[in-house]
Amino acid sequence: MVMTTHEEKMRTVRFRVAATPHITVNSDICRSECSTHACVYVCPANLFVPLDDGGILFNYESCFECGTCYIACNQEGAIRWTYPDGGYGVTFREA
Amino acid sequence: MTASPTQEQFDVIVVGAGPAGSAAALLAARAGLKVLLLERGEYPGAKNVSGAVFYGSAILNELIPNWWEQAPVERYVCRRDISFMSPTTAVALDFRCAGAGYATAPYNGFTVLRPKFDRWLAAQAEAAGAFLLTSVVVDDVLRDNGRVVGVRVRREQGEIYGKVVIACDGVNSFLAKKAGLQREFHQHELSLGVKEVVGLDPAIIQDRFHLTGNDGIAFEYLGAITEDVHGGAFLYTNQDSLSLGVIGQISSLVERRKRPYELLEGFKAHPAVAPLVRGSKLREYSAHLIPESGWAMKPKLYTDGMMVAGDAAGFCLAAGLYLEGMNYAMQSGLAAAETAIQACQRGDFSARALAVYEKQLKQRNVLTDFRAYRHAPAFVNGARLQNLYPELIARSMENLFRVNGAPKQKILPLAYRMTRQLEIKPGQLLRDAYQVARSYLW
Ligand SMILES: Cc1cc2nc3c(=O)[nH]c(=O)nc-3n(C[C@H](O)[C@H](O)[C@H](O)COP(=O)(O)OP(=O)(O)OC[C@H]3O[C@@H](n4cnc5c(N)ncnc54)[C@H](O)[C@@H]3O)c2cc1C
Ligand code: SF4
Ligand code: SF4
Repeated sequence: MVMTTHEEKMRTVRFRVAATPHITVNSDICRSECSTHACVYVCPANLFVPLDDGGILFNYESCFECGTCYIACNQEGAIRWTYPDGGYGVTFREA
Repeated sequence: MTASPTQEQFDVIVVGAGPAGSAAALLAARAGLKVLLLERGEYPGAKNVSGAVFYGSAILNELIPNWWEQAPVERYVCRRDISFMSPTTAVALDFRCAGAGYATAPYNGFTVLRPKFDRWLAAQAEAAGAFLLTSVVVDDVLRDNGRVVGVRVRREQGEIYGKVVIACDGVNSFLAKKAGLQREFHQHELSLGVKEVVGLDPAIIQDRFHLTGNDGIAFEYLGAITEDVHGGAFLYTNQDSLSLGVIGQISSLVERRKRPYELLEGFKAHPAVAPLVRGSKLREYSAHLIPESGWAMKPKLYTDGMMVAGDAAGFCLAAGLYLEGMNYAMQSGLAAAETAIQACQRGDFSARALAVYEKQLKQRNVLTDFRAYRHAPAFVNGARLQNLYPELIARSMENLFRVNGAPKQKILPLAYRMTRQLEIKPGQLLRDAYQVARSYLW
């Protein structure tokens, strides 16, 4: 099939999930200070889920480690970002 | 932190086994230096994404003669096709060259798949004598009296000492930032690329794209293809797959609230693209950032005991007609290695000694190219050049070729009407024409 849903795309990617998250989101800042919620749109893995109260639910497990959210986020301190431990995280085979 | 000379183990520590790092490690190891190449992926290339057309064939050929005979390459590119798009139309500029250097050795460009290509290149550095350590994250540089004397990796007793560190850790380069050589980036300086590799029978690829043997084609698209997001799209032929993707500037993705993977679906559905991808099957989806502002995001390139190369130094030429990063990564990695070799010979790793790096970068045409194209990115990667004018061309052709019994229109009045429709002012058009000329002609 040529046209694919985002879920179908993500199923083709291999992730070796580390025990601890390499990215954490401080949802309090999202809730009280953020007007753009840019992360919700730009993340190519669609990992930022907006909550009714303005907060963000984030799961690090299928992250491309691209850095887009970190650049797009306009609130200092909302996203803590680093690389996962060596060998963990996304592992492309074709890319 | 202090380092005693006895702890000093490596001549050169290279961080990141992409094209910049592996090329640097290979050259330094060949010169007999003790080289450590550190990579956070499970294998080199596991984290890396390009289109990819690798335009560094001639460069690599100097290091490894006829390298393409042993490397995992897909196809050599002897056709390039640039399309200007409206939502329903494409106007293409088709370049074919069966001649010298394109379809013959050393070839102009090869399509490659990074996880395979990078792995091979790093193995060449190993064969030259470099130590490759994978699954290792470098978290910081080690300093002694302000001078960089090694790196800290994320593990027990993770201090590794070296006479010189070459940061080839890619677009996000935390190392260059930690060493105080690079600033934080602005949203308009980076683009996000989302990509798919889709499987397709080689016989169908040959028929569909009019290719023989290992010929390949690279398509690039500008205009309505990214809707109103600044960017473009690409489609490249591999052996038994296609690589296709959409690139969008982060600031405009944020402004327009566009999801990159939805743009990707829109691209595949465009009437000019759909027939090319018909019958293909998704193999892998991926995403990666591209440093796009060139000269404007160039860091301080060296300090005592350290240099920065490749994407980490912003050496990616992303300006309209060009998307070339791997070749400049390799060139800058080699320039850094040449500098390290000289520094080792003289036993001087101070910033003053490493200043030679700039000279080497000019000799390898890196700094000279980026200086020459310093006006291009800010202007070319904007709305009018990437979205409006390509669409203007496409729409004008739509009308030019339309036969519906109405009087035939001449080109100028037609173009004038189209500029009005797209709300482009004639004065702006002239100023932009001047800017295009300044960016590309002289
Ligand atoms: C969608 C897309 C399409 C592109 N198309 C093309 C194209 O067709 N042709 C072209 O020439 N260029 C293209 N580019 C640009 C090209 O990919 C880059 O310019 C090139 O990869 C830069 O090489 P590099 O070695 O500097 O960095 P990278 O290839 O990014 O390598 C950096 C390496 O460092 C490792 N690393 C990073 N941080 C650490 C750390 N802290 N510790 C240990 N290891 C670390 C990474 O895992 C990686 O292996 C494209 C880019 C994208 C995103
Ligand atoms: S953009 Fe930043 S502050 Fe805003 S919702 Fe996303 S993570 Fe939170
Ligand atoms: S690094 Fe990239 S993939 Fe991971 S959460 Fe951020 S935007 Fe999404």
